[in-house]
Amino acid sequence: MTAFAAATVASTLAACGGGDEGGGGTAAEGGENEASDIGVTEDTITLGAHYPLTGVAAPGYSEIPTGVQAYFDCLNQEGGVYGRDVEFVYKDDAYNPTQTSQVTNELVLEDEIFAMMGGLGTPTHSAVVDFLNAEGVPDLFVASGSLTWGDDPETYPYTFGWQTDYMSEGKIIGEYIAENFPEAKVGLFLQDDDFGEDGEAGIRQYIDDQIVAAERYTPGNTSVGPQIAALQAAGADFVVGFNVPSYTALSQLTALQLGYQPQWFYSNVGSDPTLVGGLLNRFSEGKVADAALLDGALTTGYLPTVDQTDNPWIQEFQRIWDECGGEGELTNYRVYGMAQAYTTTQALQAAGQNPTRDGLVEAIEAVGSEWEGPVFAPFRYSEDSHMGTSGMSIERIVGNGSEVVQDVRVTDIGDAPIEEFDKEPATPPANAIPDEEPYEG
Amino acid sequence: MDYFVNVTLTGLTQGMIYSAFALALVLIWRSTRIVNFAQGSMAAATTFIALALIQAGQSYWVALVVALASGFVLGAIVERVIIRPVEGGPELNAVIVTLGLFVAIQAGIAIVFGSSFQSFPTPFGVRGFEVGGTTIPLTPTSLYVIGSVLLVMALLVALFRFTRIGLAMRASAFSQEVARLLGVKVGGMLTLGWGLAAVVGSLSGLLIAGGTFVWPAYMDALIVFGFVAAIIGGLDSPVGAIVGGLILGLALSYVSGYAPRGSALVNISALVILIVVLLVRPGGLFSSTTARRA
Amino acid sequence: MSDLHSPASTGTAGKATDEAPVLATAGADAPSAPAETRRSFLPQSTLLRHLLVLAASAVLAVALLELSSPYQNSQLATLTYYAIAAGGLTVLTGMNGQISLGHGALMAAGAYTTALFLDAEEPLPLPLILVVAVVVATAIGALVGVAAARLHGPYLAGATLALAVGLPGLAIYFHDIFGGEQGLRVRAPRAPEAFGSFIEAVSGNSASNTKWLAYVGTICLLITYFFLANLVRSRIGRTWRAVRDQEVAAELAGINLGAWRVLAFVVSAAAAGLAGGVLAIVVRLAAPSGFTLVLSLALLTAIVIGGLGSLLGALLGSALLVFLPPFVTDLGGDLGLDQTEAAQLAPFVYGVVLIVAMIFAPAGFVGTIRLRWMTAKAKRASARAAGANGG
Repeated sequence: MTAFAAATVASTLAACGGGDEGGGGTAAEGGENEASDIGVTEDTITLGAHYPLTGVAAPGYSEIPTGVQAYFDCLNQEGGVYGRDVEFVYKDDAYNPTQTSQVTNELVLEDEIFAMMGGLGTPTHSAVVDFLNAEGVPDLFVASGSLTWGDDPETYPYTFGWQTDYMSEGKIIGEYIAENFPEAKVGLFLQDDDFGEDGEAGIRQYIDDQIVAAERYTPGNTSVGPQIAALQAAGADFVVGFNVPSYTALSQLTALQLGYQPQWFYSNVGSDPTLVGGLLNRFSEGKVADAALLDGALTTGYLPTVDQTDNPWIQEFQRIWDECGGEGELTNYRVYGMAQAYTTTQALQAAGQNPTRDGLVEAIEAVGSEWEGPVFAPFRYSEDSHMGTSGMSIERIVGNGSEVVQDVRVTDIGDAPIEEFDKEPATPPANAIPDEEPYEG
Repeated sequence: MDYFVNVTLTGLTQGMIYSAFALALVLIWRSTRIVNFAQGSMAAATTFIALALIQAGQSYWVALVVALASGFVLGAIVERVIIRPVEGGPELNAVIVTLGLFVAIQAGIAIVFGSSFQSFPTPFGVRGFEVGGTTIPLTPTSLYVIGSVLLVMALLVALFRFTRIGLAMRASAFSQEVARLLGVKVGGMLTLGWGLAAVVGSLSGLLIAGGTFVWPAYMDALIVFGFVAAIIGGLDSPVGAIVGGLILGLALSYVSGYAPRGSALVNISALVILIVVLLVRPGGLFSSTTARRA
Repeated sequence: MSDLHSPASTGTAGKATDEAPVLATAGADAPSAPAETRRSFLPQSTLLRHLLVLAASAVLAVALLELSSPYQNSQLATLTYYAIAAGGLTVLTGMNGQISLGHGALMAAGAYTTALFLDAEEPLPLPLILVVAVVVATAIGALVGVAAARLHGPYLAGATLALAVGLPGLAIYFHDIFGGEQGLRVRAPRAPEAFGSFIEAVSGNSASNTKWLAYVGTICLLITYFFLANLVRSRIGRTWRAVRDQEVAAELAGINLGAWRVLAFVVSAAAAGLAGGVLAIVVRLAAPSGFTLVLSLALLTAIVIGGLGSLLGALLGSALLVFLPPFVTDLGGDLGLDQTEAAQLAPFVYGVVLIVAMIFAPAGFVGTIRLRWMTAKAKRASARAAGANGG
């Protein structure tokens, strides 16, 4: 509430910032840019991140930073944030926590980043979360839906989640099944880690009695034949998968071999219809005409996807990718990266003209829950929670696209109720550059 | 009962894939006494060449032939340029060289072809056959894999047993000095051995990729299980490679299918199986001789 | 000087460390078989010499740690756990001729032990925890060693490979104890106050937690290399080399080959356990994805590239593992590659370096340099002889 009061002063000033200068209240009156904290100079702000750019986890995930980079490049062309260019330094950890620890040391101690943004992976980021918090480095928008990133701000005051956590997702899925498929015999196909566990916990809150089997796979195993066969043997006619995209494709191929045709429901992480559908479709070139295996499968969404070419956010992100991106097409991974970069820009703007690390955290806690952007539902940021967005729509995959079958609903971890979210989706500001007012305490 | 059949057939298909990879290792071991850790990434490289051709509109079979041919060339070049200088040196140096090659080629694939998932076609169907009203996880593609692997095994056995070249290759690997005295062109035989092994490796790469998807590191899991399969069978024996692969494939499938949370036990089970086999027979199941010298 | 082995030396050691004990062992090992005939130093004098070297290394290490940046401190901390494990592997592979592709799994044993004990409400003192880590890894190493003692060449390689892949799988299966895929987070122990005043007195730097971990690693490294250097120079080391080089003769001389092989495995497992413990507190996490096959292969690479059989070589090889990838990535960035391309370049260059090094310097850094040095000495000697004759 105090945020509003303070913001009114700034809002009049920000109003004239609409032109070339882009967002970030470039109009801030008279004040000089100062090197206000580590990683901030008069004309740059340095952010860092770790991603698997090589090795087994590289496919897909290694595209995310290219999206982030493209967004910041375009942002910088338009004047950056308060006239500062955002410099984005990302390093390869090969999805190995040992390496995450090494590159994070490099980012924090050598490259002297102002903040971390979008560090990817649960085991990898676990290795550095203590270090970042001990050093007082803001650890924004961890790219993972684990509950660790945000449910305990007292222990990790600098760490913020971003995407819908797996438990909230499980709850929304569970409620949907209970309401729409009350007779279904549900089988769970789960990755054998916190991702599968949190999802299962959420789902069981609503349809514990409908679940006839829960099969787990360990990432790295190339065969899921026994798991899918067990779901079939248990008589499951509705399978919910909390798995990564490669296992969506594997489970589909295995089901094809077995002649098993349940109603599939893949959680958001595993469902990228363009990627998985494209993967499966292309077998048709090799004689098997099984186009669109995923057709009819259900999934969840918290962000627009590239197939929604009439969505204004996707149109803007497409423009950014064409103007500032590198090789290849706009993919959902790149959209994810751009959306994270958008939220990060909001945070930097809110932190004011001469941001400090602690000021950034304070600003997110104070006003982060009011930000609008490509993400459907608001973030849960406050002093008591650093959890990211909590809402998801439910979509049915049709060809390489999708159609919404249930509008966005929001919830929270634990036994918080699920509620409909009736706000209109936000439209992108000019150039898809936010224009948040500085939060001044 | 259905479940048992399904798990068994899944294991069988998976085991054949291990066998394919193990065969290539056996061939290279027989012809040069080196375990080639780069086998997996060499096979991945030729698979990506084939994929590039297919994406450019060539048929699967053209791509297959080109991939096998480029596998032969790659194997021969690697032997001449990279392996030759360390041959006869400490055993470990050859291991490190092939490890270096493994890492470099895999990184090279990512640089050239990118590191995203790409689907790889198969010339045959990927739907299971119907038997008495139920579908079993045995597909035309898996028959193609099984047939190819058995054919390669038969050819290898014939090569080593019935042809002069095969004999010369074995002699070269066994004792270069003696072979040389007998008039065998040892250098040529070693190059040939690597070339042929790389052909078999490339084939295994293509078979594994068919009907599923590839990325630069897609062979990583198979390097371990293929190697374990080869060891179980005894590195010297093509038949052993097949048997080793089948034992491993079936056992791991049963563990994964019947143990609670069995998928997590797969890797440790491979270790247990290997240890048990080696405790009983330190040279693998099909080791022919009792002589064991380091 | 002498105060270096007193508690003050607690704050010692780093990279320089290696210099000294390493040289000593390198010297010791070099003559391997033929050297046995030469009269060697008395044990006491060897011990004394190693103590001197230890002291010098400690001083050097403190200097290095205090002159380098915080980031370099963290790199040195990383170096220490690689070097400790590589030192142990040197004993197994270099001295005793057994290959192991599975030492990453033994490090995992040490790391998980450390993580579990540090998690207790009233954790034991750190040195004690590390000792427990060593004991656990040693026990596992003994088991593996017994199985491995009768295996040779590729069969041993295959068995240890399966170990590297299989053992971390247990952490996933027993996720209630070991935290499953996301692992156990480790609360790195805080530095004692004495450490702060020690650093203050030595260099005036601030004693950050990163620095403290680098010192802990360095101390462990110095202790490990001191033990290993003495072991290598002892009867035990000579017997190992005999088992490696003269298997038949050794057997005829009444040496129980199997028992000695197991002993080598046990010693190297102990080092791997300590290395795992250090890794756990430096990385602050013990998770299966940190102990993949890549780790085991990296250790093997370190000892071969550095120079098989030499502790100095193991240290240099470990340094390569730590410093080469960021160097290449930065180089790629300077050459105008984007960050993704630069990251992909690092493993490529790493692989090429391995190949080139093995082709042109098959004896590794240390072996090659030693070879050069001995050739030069021989040349000088013959030149002198020729000169004398001429005169």
